[in-house]
Amino acid sequence: MPVPILKQGDVLIASIQAALTDHDLLTLRDELADRVGRLRAHGVIVDVTALDVLDSFATRTLLGIAYTARLRGAETVVVGIQPEVAFAMVQLGLSFEGVATALDLEEGLELLRARSQGGRDHAG
Amino acid sequence: MPDEVRVPVECETDIVVARQKGRELAAASGFGRTEQTLIATAISEVARNIVVHAQRGEIVLCAIESKGRRGLKIVARDQGPGIADPELAMRDGYSTTNSLGVGLPGARRLMDEFELESKPGQGTTVTMRKWVR
Repeated sequence: MPVPILKQGDVLIASIQAALTDHDLLTLRDELADRVGRLRAHGVIVDVTALDVLDSFATRTLLGIAYTARLRGAETVVVGIQPEVAFAMVQLGLSFEGVATALDLEEGLELLRARSQGGRDHAG
Repeated sequence: MPDEVRVPVECETDIVVARQKGRELAAASGFGRTEQTLIATAISEVARNIVVHAQRGEIVLCAIESKGRRGLKIVARDQGPGIADPELAMRDGYSTTNSLGVGLPGARRLMDEFELESKPGQGTTVTMRKWVR
């Protein structure tokens, strides 16, 4: 199932709607890397509220999305990690080192806004 | 919900099916939402190991009971190449593919009991259990 990507100002918002296969996740990564350049986006938000599992593959792919976007000049914020999903990730030994997270879409947008105002010294 | 569910694992879509079935059976066995998520995540890791290393195998989910405790048993079985050094495979950060290397050791941390049986050329069987608290 493809993930819809919306553009709001210079931010791309990818709202994951349902459980994704590995292939769906890789497609999302490639789509975002492409659109960051094509649409000259400076921020990317990946909303994972609908995901009930974030396993090692999904985490690695989300990290890949964030690192790729950064190399293309955009900051990524992962929003909506559910409490029990966060707990499972910690037990599994996964971290989102170097990638910003926020509680929900609203806070994610706020974080990107603050970062673009504060210059790039807070990035990463 | 029957007491035993078999999920053939042959492609990555089956990984999602296996963890969803696992969550359903966990819920039916009396696990809370957090435990259901830990179980579903562990299933995801062992199911992916089957797809990546053995191409095909199966996951058998089973409601269990012992000494008045209820739980869930998960067996992930394949006839793939097997694991040359199971001890090394259980080490955090060790990976023969380009992964994070947290799959098996991570799954062990998510569950209460974890056994890995594997010999080169004879496939791999992972047996995991979790008990309702």
